[in-house]
Amino acid sequence: MTQTLTLGRFFRLSLLSLGALMFLAPYIFMVSTAGKDQSEIFSASLSLIPQHFAYMANFTKALTRVSMQNLLLNGVIVCGLILVLQVVVAVPCAYALAKLKFGAARFMMALVMLGLLVPIHATALPLYVAFDKLSLLNSYTALVAPFSISVFGIFLFLQFFRAMPDDLIHAARLDGMSEAGIVARVIVPNAWPAVTAFAIFSVVAHWNDLFWPLIVVTNQSYATPPLGLLFFRAAEAGDDYGALMAATLIITLPLVIAFLLAQKRFVEGITMTGLKG
Amino acid sequence: MSVFSLRDIRKSFNGNAILKGVSLEAEAGEFIALVGPSGCGKSTLLRIVAGLDHADSGEIRIGDREMSQLTAADRNIAMVFQSYALYPHLTAGQNIAVPLAMRKLTGMQRLPFIGSLLPGQRQVCADIQRQVQTMAVSLKIDHLLDRKPGQMSGGQRQRVALARAMVRNPSVFLMDEPLSNLDANLRVHARGEIVDLHRRAGVPTLYVTHDQSEALSMADRVAVMIGGNLLQLAAPQTIYDDPSHIEVARFIGQPRINLLPGKKDAHGIVQFGALRLASPSDAVSDASVTLGVRPEFVRLRAEGQGALAARVERLEFLGSEVIVFAKLAAIGETMLAKVIPGEVRGLVAGQAIGLDMDPAHVMLFAEDGRRLPATPVSAVLRETARG
Amino acid sequence: MADIALSFSAVETAGRREARTAWLLASPAILLMLLFIVLPTIAVIVLGFTDFELGYGSFRFVGLENYAELISDRTFRRSLWNTTVYTAIVTPVSIVLGLGIALLIESEPRGRDFFRTVYFLPVASLLVAMATVWQYLFHPSIGPLNTFLALLGISGPNWLGASSTVIYGLSIIGIWQSVGFNMVLFLAGLTAIPRELYSAAEVDGVKSSIDRFRLVTWPMLGPTTLFVTTISVINSVKVFETVKTLTEGGPNKASEVLLWTIYQEGFVFLRVGYASAMTVVFLAILVVLMVLQYRFLDRQVHYT
Repeated sequence: MTQTLTLGRFFRLSLLSLGALMFLAPYIFMVSTAGKDQSEIFSASLSLIPQHFAYMANFTKALTRVSMQNLLLNGVIVCGLILVLQVVVAVPCAYALAKLKFGAARFMMALVMLGLLVPIHATALPLYVAFDKLSLLNSYTALVAPFSISVFGIFLFLQFFRAMPDDLIHAARLDGMSEAGIVARVIVPNAWPAVTAFAIFSVVAHWNDLFWPLIVVTNQSYATPPLGLLFFRAAEAGDDYGALMAATLIITLPLVIAFLLAQKRFVEGITMTGLKG
Repeated sequence: MSVFSLRDIRKSFNGNAILKGVSLEAEAGEFIALVGPSGCGKSTLLRIVAGLDHADSGEIRIGDREMSQLTAADRNIAMVFQSYALYPHLTAGQNIAVPLAMRKLTGMQRLPFIGSLLPGQRQVCADIQRQVQTMAVSLKIDHLLDRKPGQMSGGQRQRVALARAMVRNPSVFLMDEPLSNLDANLRVHARGEIVDLHRRAGVPTLYVTHDQSEALSMADRVAVMIGGNLLQLAAPQTIYDDPSHIEVARFIGQPRINLLPGKKDAHGIVQFGALRLASPSDAVSDASVTLGVRPEFVRLRAEGQGALAARVERLEFLGSEVIVFAKLAAIGETMLAKVIPGEVRGLVAGQAIGLDMDPAHVMLFAEDGRRLPATPVSAVLRETARG
Repeated sequence: MADIALSFSAVETAGRREARTAWLLASPAILLMLLFIVLPTIAVIVLGFTDFELGYGSFRFVGLENYAELISDRTFRRSLWNTTVYTAIVTPVSIVLGLGIALLIESEPRGRDFFRTVYFLPVASLLVAMATVWQYLFHPSIGPLNTFLALLGISGPNWLGASSTVIYGLSIIGIWQSVGFNMVLFLAGLTAIPRELYSAAEVDGVKSSIDRFRLVTWPMLGPTTLFVTTISVINSVKVFETVKTLTEGGPNKASEVLLWTIYQEGFVFLRVGYASAMTVVFLAILVVLMVLQYRFLDRQVHYT
């Protein structure tokens, strides 16, 4: 009996390890190729350890052709602005919907449901026309504004607030707090788990988003990381995979490091936002 | 004749001993309640009997078969879980049919569509249907068979869980706090029903509960488990009147038993206030002992009378009786007396009173918790002592 | 009398004050929702009936002309078909793999965190960047994949460069990217299954792990599976990043997918009216998927 048990475990472990290797393969080759020079890449060998260690050359190329710092900075600014706006707008609204009686609640819920259904891809055309008319293309405003409202955020916080006991709010009212005070001093501190989960979801989504930045940004100085990488690819007409992998590595690293450092939070956040969405 | 027995069951998790050698024997058709505070190991014991957990050592026998190496599926033991553990996607009828289908149909026969094409499947299914129906009628849930657990009340779910457990005539019946999810009214009603079902089925039953009134009211015998040990296994009346260990005395009884410190002298006499008890034993003299007396054997006396002087702290009115909390003047312990309301007329908190203990019902416990024999030294002596 | 009237109006004003606060708190959200969701959605539907092109001052309503053109537009039909094929590959495979990995990880106490991290890593990685890596892996002559296949004596295809294989190449990337997400959701679903159900199944005579899966795990995962399926389908229909980065719809329109076609028409050729009609079709697909999900949810009665 114990024999079959270990056999089963051995089978499971090898299956998982094999799969893991396949899932990691792109990363392994990315790191490996970033250190190879052109001739070695074109020799098409499967050897993972570079012969000449061309890391310096490749990274220098990657860092000089496109301003990586600028890209990463843009990514941080755009994602940061979006997140702050989303939370500031969504939390009070979700609180009102969850805990206050008001006539428009049903209408609001309908709006939220509609919003959950409509992705940026569907609204992009009119928004693009409008931003064009307002001469706002190639600006942080164009990158951030359409995402200032996150219906998903409202939905998530709504679920979270509904589960919060009403007595908490009654007690705060009896203590003489204003509604704004309740939101700031009672609701928000207690909503941290939901806010963290939402923050992870939002940052991952917008850091990775290509569609919208591609539409509204043509000027390199406003490019976000994915867009910047596209520019870099365009600039590297040939198959300079070494430099390309170096650039890829630089641009992938921040989010991957953030994930590795806070993976528990990440997984929890994605699970929470995933299951509730 | 014992139909079911456990011998020296031991289990520890991460070095913590959960069960420290539990032995138990059940007669045919006996209802045994396992009662104890939470964390005493009673649920672990039940899971070991079911085959869901495995003991580190010990023997489980049903009839004359040793069971500890068998899986749960092979033991023919039925179990009712605290949460009922009904399959939420199946109707009540399908839930009840699961144990039958698992035993009577092969894996292939249980496949949807393909299964119904296999020879013999139809016959067995009809058989199962009939058994489910009979079971449902006898538990009065035949009108619920097409409902899913989510559409039923707690009481109905509990019956479906019972039906699922009983439908295949198990050789032992295990119940893990099956009433704890019901509201108070339903719980008392369901007690009677379970006892009744048990009488009809005649299957030995092990019933885990933390509620002593459940254990005392339902079981033929009660097993009191504390700290991983089975301290006493006896009829409810014996458990209450004649606890073999101080922990049993402390755990059983509502309101709790009065426990007072005492000393035994060289002659084996224990004196407490004016009360004298003889405890003939070979124990060392001058040993510390504990006196125990249940509140209903404590009598109220006027101030200056009775064996002990005390002061009333508060009264708890319970309808047919009143609990008097009185602080003993000599040692500062609070003693409880259970009396009829007529006796406390005019009594107020802070009033000085006297207390007597019925000497025939005072128990003695040794320092290690064992029960010691005790006989009251004659009443005359007490009278003179008072005079 | 007066007292009652007084308290009545007190209640009324309290209620009104609450409603006013609620409005105040919700108004930024309402305003932004109208501005960035409702208005553009209406606009896109309206634009779908016009011949609006960016750069031209005037436009006129053309009725259903755009839609008529869509029906006969071979690129658009190709695009719908490719999106369907992509979805039909990526969704089932990534769900089955996600569930399988989740079950393996759940049943194997060792290395749980490690494996979860590894499989989830692609979800947290920049897709555009990783697509570039995949382009290298898929490279017909210098790519490790074909080099490896050559070792086995197989001459690998030109994955992303041949119209017969490009959609499969993109699908592999799509699967690689979404398995971790599905796995994490399934893991959450698995931990939410009450342990007592497994105990009950064991006592009821379930011996094999297949029976246990059939009786408890699979039915209890029902809501999770439905949700994962919906999300996976929607995400597959929205495939864009890899196409833009790697193939730009080619070769020979073999990787022309819905969002790519809309992007080309609307933002490259600037035929906003026509692209809006396509967007309406895209929206309709999403609506149908949502409706299907709710239908299924309704059928799965009363899980408690």
